[in-house]
This record gives sequence, C-alpha cells and structure tokens, in this order.
Amino acid sequence: MLKITDLVKRYGGGEPVLKDLNLTIEGESVVSIIGSSGAGKSTLLRCINRLVEPTSGSIVLNGTELTDLRGAKLRAARRKIGMVFQGFNLVDRLTVMENVQSGRLGYISTYAAIMRRYPKKDIRRAFELMERVGIAQYANVRADQLSGGERQRVGVVRALMQDPEILLADEPTASLDPKTSEQIMGLLRDLAGELKLPVLINIHNVTEAKQYTDRIVGMRYGRIIFDDLPTKLDQDAMDRIYSGSPHADRGGEMKAAS
Amino acid sequence: MSAHSGKWTRPPFIANPYLRWATYIGALVYFVWVGATIPIDWERVVAGVERAGRIFGGAFPPSFERSGLLIDGFLESIKIAILATAGGVVLSIPIAFMAARNVAPLPIFYIGRAIIIVARSFHPVIVAIIFVKAVGFGPFAGVLTLIVYSVGFVAKMLAERIEEIDFGQVEAMRAAGAPYLSTLFYAIFPQIMPRQIGLTIYQLDSNLRASAVVGIVGAGGIGATLANAFGRYDYDFAFAITIVIVAAILVSEGVSGYIRKRLA
Repeated sequence: MLKITDLVKRYGGGEPVLKDLNLTIEGESVVSIIGSSGAGKSTLLRCINRLVEPTSGSIVLNGTELTDLRGAKLRAARRKIGMVFQGFNLVDRLTVMENVQSGRLGYISTYAAIMRRYPKKDIRRAFELMERVGIAQYANVRADQLSGGERQRVGVVRALMQDPEILLADEPTASLDPKTSEQIMGLLRDLAGELKLPVLINIHNVTEAKQYTDRIVGMRYGRIIFDDLPTKLDQDAMDRIYSGSPHADRGGEMKAAS
Repeated sequence: MSAHSGKWTRPPFIANPYLRWATYIGALVYFVWVGATIPIDWERVVAGVERAGRIFGGAFPPSFERSGLLIDGFLESIKIAILATAGGVVLSIPIAFMAARNVAPLPIFYIGRAIIIVARSFHPVIVAIIFVKAVGFGPFAGVLTLIVYSVGFVAKMLAERIEEIDFGQVEAMRAAGAPYLSTLFYAIFPQIMPRQIGLTIYQLDSNLRASAVVGIVGAGGIGATLANAFGRYDYDFAFAITIVIVAAILVSEGVSGYIRKRLA
C-alpha cells in the first residue's frame, strides 16, 4: 500500500507544484493520474521514488517512510519501485538484455554489473518476462534498433526485473502511436493483474485512462480535485480538471491568501 | 499608419556612436604605432634572405644516407606518442568525470576544471623544457610532456561530452536503485564511448606531431634528431627528416580521419 500524506513540493521560492496532496493506493489497482501539463503529475510520481526531493509531507510504501531515506537505504527502497518513462530512457548503445538487466543493478555488485556476470535466475527471469511481452527474440539486439513500442516493452521489463512492489509509469504512451499506445496500456493492466502489482500511470489520453484503469485521479495545479471510478468521470469533472489557465488559478489563490 | 521612407540601415555593431568611433580610431592608432615602433632591421632581412637561400641550397637534394638514425628517431617518436596517449587518456577519464558539472559535486568540479586549465595553459614546448630539466634529456621527458598535453585536450572534450549526455538514462538507473559506479558504467560510459575512442585516435595523431616539436628542446624522438641535424649544419639530412615527418603526419591524419568517420 502506498500512502501519501500532506505532500508539498516547491521549486525554489515560487508557488508549490504540489499542495498538501493526499493519496492512497491500495492492493493491486491500476490508477491513472490525469490533468493538464503543469498540474504536477510528473512531480508527484518522481517524489515517490525521490528522483525529485519532496519539500514536506510523508510517503509510506508498505510500512517504509520514503521521504527521509538516504544513501544505501534510499537505493534499497528504490529497488522496490519500478518506473517506466515517457522517453523510454533505455541505454541505446547496449543490448536489450543489458538494458533489461540494468533493472537489477540495485541487487548485484558493481563488479558483476561491469563484467556482465548476471545471476542465472536473473537471466531466466529476464527471458520469461521478455517472452511474456514479446521481445525475447531481441535479447542480443542493440536497444536503438527497436521500434517505439518494442522499446517501451523493454522499459516495462526493466522495471519489472526490479521485482517491484509498485510500478510508476510517467506518460508511458505519450511517445507512441495510438495503436502501440493501446497495446502498452493493455500490457500494463494485464501485468498488474498477473503480478498483483499496483500501478500508477500519468496519462494525457483520457479515453485510454477510462478504458484501461480501475480508478482515475484528476489533478489541477498541485491538488487532487477528482478521485473516483472511471465511469464517474463526466463532462463536468473533465471541465474542472482541464479548464482555466495556471495564471488565473494562481491569481485566485493569491487573493485568497491575502 | 505613416508612410515608410524605404530606407533601412543595419543597426551598428556598437550602438553608442562615441564608443564606436573611439574603438575604430583607437585600433587604427595602435596598429600604426606598432608598425612604427617594432624594430625591423631591413639590412638584416636582406642578409637573412641570402642565408635562407644557402640553407635551402644545402638542403637539396635531401640526404637519406643516415636513414638508420632517421628510423631510430622516428620509432622513438611513435613510442613516445603511444605511451603518452595511453597514459593521457587513462588519466583523462577520471578527470573528465570530475570536471563535468552534471555528474560531479561542486568542489570536485572545481578541482577537475583546475587540473584541465593548468594542463592546457602551457604550450607543450614549455612543459617539455620543465620536464627535461626535471628528468633529463630523452624520451621519458617527452612522454611526460605529452601526457600533460593529452590530459588538457582529452579531459576537456570528454567533460563536455559528459555534460551533453541524455540524463534520462542516468535517471532510469537511479530509479532502479543502482549504486554510483554501476550507474556510471551503464548509463554514462555507453553514451560517451564513441567520442572517447574518436578522441583517443585524434590524440595519438596529435601526439605524434607534437613529439617532433618537443624533441627539439631535448625530449627525445625525431625532433631531437632534427635538432641535431640543424646543429651540425646537415641541412640535407634535416630536409630528409622533414619530408618523413610530413609524410607520416599525412598518413596518420588520413588513417585517424577514416577511423573517426567510420565510428560515427
């Protein structure tokens, strides 16, 4: 279970990007986060695995408080949080197998990593997962030879190799064509079910969010203003999530503050 | 709105007219003053042309009689260049990481940049003079000199390449809980490897050229042979050495250019 309490993130001295945000993800649900650009979706996801430092608040994953971890403890916690990126973030010049095994870097020694001496069970697991998503034939191909959809499959397998307790996906389909995008969303939903894994997906495509996820969280300028079943997301809710400009929103707040 | 006159002139480079004209006149005055005050003795220039004629006359035809000496000097230059390139590149990699703003903490970054600036600020000939004083005449001084020279160039270029990497790959490793060195080897090395190889080949080529120059001040190699030939007024032998140096540089430049093109 992931429990976020009173999370605040402020860059520099400006307006906070996340404002006292509360969110709980239970069980193996697939949750999508929607909202316009600048709403803080990406910052929220990155606060969870501490690619972004939260300013204040608490994030607890299965009993571990993540916000005050440092060094080796932070790395150990990150191993349990898989992440899938919009731009895939594969190492282009390495093979698919090396990319997939890079999800295990938190578990194996640096020497084993450099010498590519991966444990047998990791190699077996890699082939299982690659077969599951249909990229096993590319194990020895360089990552930059693959198509977008295949590359994102590598990204998903890399995250799953971490043996994660939760999967974060930061706009995993935004760089893909519509058809491939649906395939990846379907894959994330199915894998979540098979591996009993909660998945948190930032997404711009509301249709896909409704179709592939169990719950939709709507964000607007650092706050959650909608949190319900996909069927409950009506036009009125959509307008509240996507209307207005950040300027108007912030102007209103400044008045409220003074 | 109003009618346009149809005239347009480009805004001047320096907006303030006083400053603009002061700059132009100042530059002109300085050049005239330099030309008028630099001591050029025309009689000596005439004598020099005569002497140059004698040297070139003595250089024809080039003499390959003592080609054993030439080959020895040349092989030594190649040894110097290879050793210096290997040593310089090995040293450059950690220094480049220290001097890359996106991967090094600020104090380390300053140390890295300082090493590069010091290595770059002296011409190899000056460095060679210091090393010849320190370790004596011969190829070892040449190797040390060219290591410094290589670090100055390779570490700087490599640091710039590290600063240009796609940081998303580093983020992906961090998100997986990878330790520092593993992240370095998986997310950064593959990205900088082509540039690293290209720089190494370029530096080998560059060190071969520079080894001829530093040899003249006593740091071994073909440069020492050349300096000796001049010292003994063996202009025909000196000319032969020069021809070989030029030929070798042409060949090495061609080969390194070809390899670097194929790398991309």
